[in-house]
Amino acid sequence: MLEVDGVRAGYDSTPILRNVDLSVEEGEIVGVMGKNGVGKSTLVKTIVGLVEPDEGTVRFDGRDVTDTPPHERARSGMGYIPQGREIFPDLTVEQNLRMGESINDGSSALLYEDVFDYFPILDERRGQKGGTMSGGQQQMLAIARALVANPDLLLLDEPSEGIQPSIVQQISEDMRAINEDLGTTILFVEQNLSVIRDMADRCYAMERGTIVDELGATDLEDEETIASYLAV
Amino acid sequence: MAPGVDLLVQFFPSFAKIVLAATGLAIIFGIMGVINLAHGEFIMVGAYATTLAYNGALGALPLVPVDPIGVLPGAVQLPAAMLTGVLVTALFGLVVERTVISGAVPNWIAERTIGRPVVKPMYDRLLDSMVATWGISLIMVQLVRNLYGNSLNGIGIPFGQFSYGNGLSISTYKLVLAGVAALVLLLLYVVFVRTDYGMRARATIQNEGMAKSLGVDTERTYMATFALGSGLAGLTGALYAPLQTIVPGMGGGFLVEAFVAVVVGGASVVVGTLLAGGLLGFVYALFANVWGTFAGRIMLLVVAILVIRFVPQGLSSLVERIRDRWAEVS
Repeated sequence: MLEVDGVRAGYDSTPILRNVDLSVEEGEIVGVMGKNGVGKSTLVKTIVGLVEPDEGTVRFDGRDVTDTPPHERARSGMGYIPQGREIFPDLTVEQNLRMGESINDGSSALLYEDVFDYFPILDERRGQKGGTMSGGQQQMLAIARALVANPDLLLLDEPSEGIQPSIVQQISEDMRAINEDLGTTILFVEQNLSVIRDMADRCYAMERGTIVDELGATDLEDEETIASYLAV
Repeated sequence: MAPGVDLLVQFFPSFAKIVLAATGLAIIFGIMGVINLAHGEFIMVGAYATTLAYNGALGALPLVPVDPIGVLPGAVQLPAAMLTGVLVTALFGLVVERTVISGAVPNWIAERTIGRPVVKPMYDRLLDSMVATWGISLIMVQLVRNLYGNSLNGIGIPFGQFSYGNGLSISTYKLVLAGVAALVLLLLYVVFVRTDYGMRARATIQNEGMAKSLGVDTERTYMATFALGSGLAGLTGALYAPLQTIVPGMGGGFLVEAFVAVVVGGASVVVGTLLAGGLLGFVYALFANVWGTFAGRIMLLVVAILVIRFVPQGLSSLVERIRDRWAEVS
């Protein structure tokens, strides 16, 4: 479903990613772990199209999308849940969701009303401005906003960042449920050990801008293995 | 006759001029981060297109067998000419946006000849956009002078006079303009709060990258915004065509009001322009009434300086603050 091949990318002349290869099959939940500053966010932004790679290709659903602008990638089925949520602060919960829904072509399984089944708190807060909600609620809104567009692939950038531990676990469970119920493929980047363990079917390890290892399901049961890639 | 009535009557035309002069500028600045120094010249385009259309210039175009405005019943000739003015200015704005502001046309050509884009869009580059649009304004004034000479035959003021006692009277049309200004603000409110375009525009201002990754074609939003702002400038020119001498430099007469209103109003287009129009319209009416129009314009600038000093985010930020406090209490 997603193939990243030999990608080199950065901002202006500072290279951040070098020769990154990874692939995600349909229906999988794949993690990318690594410490702060190894290039995880840049990797997600390159896949979404907000960062243009200097070299390499991104293929999505069998099509080369390397030169496709981000709004077209979104329309072809990529959903992006960025680091720090990036809720539209002055739009209400309902308007934030409508922004996501506006590219849903109507053929979807999940529409705007249905996301309230997963995140009932959003239903109670429909009229509230996005900027006034807590971090955990904003994370739910960001996930819901991506879901209402009915994406085939969800990309999450550090879903646990800045959120209290009890909600972090709930979000991991929600993501697994969404993957099972809707068949949505998920790629997430993370440095929180428990999220990686709870969510990922398999996981790539990233260091200094490139993929250095790949961990399967059995490796992910061993917390020390995960920790060795996250330790400072 | 109480002086209060006279002041009240004088308030309406001041309010109308400030609001109508400012809305187009405010929208383009607020949504695109572009300061359009050619805003006055866009108003001039609207006035010229309206006047020319009214005087039968559409019939002089090739492939137009009969002047379309001349065959209309008399009562709708002026509105039809004004609509032409709005559309021509919106279209002109679209051309400026594609060629200069977004650089899409030069980049399209460059990519097919030298293989790479040559210019970056002017979005959110305040100073660069000021220089570019100032250049456009100079070209426009001279071009219009070369094409149409130093002035055009004007249009008569419709609706006659409205008398309010003691031999005092005012052109009814000037009062009608205040109604139009209020209507424009109301329509803009509806556009920004209720339509898909408005929601996309607001989302794009708040977080452009996120809007893109939710499928918003932000370039199209910018294009539509510039056309809308230009169309509003065109409307201002069209509405003031009967009141003004139609000369190439007439746009300058709107620029002070427009910029002062945007500074005083602040970030929120509708609320800011409404409050700025109210305050500045009152101040202008008061001082212009007693000491003449020069004093009125000086006082507009004094108000702008005071607002920058004490409410640098503009009057609409006061409203936001009050609203946030309410939200906390309730």
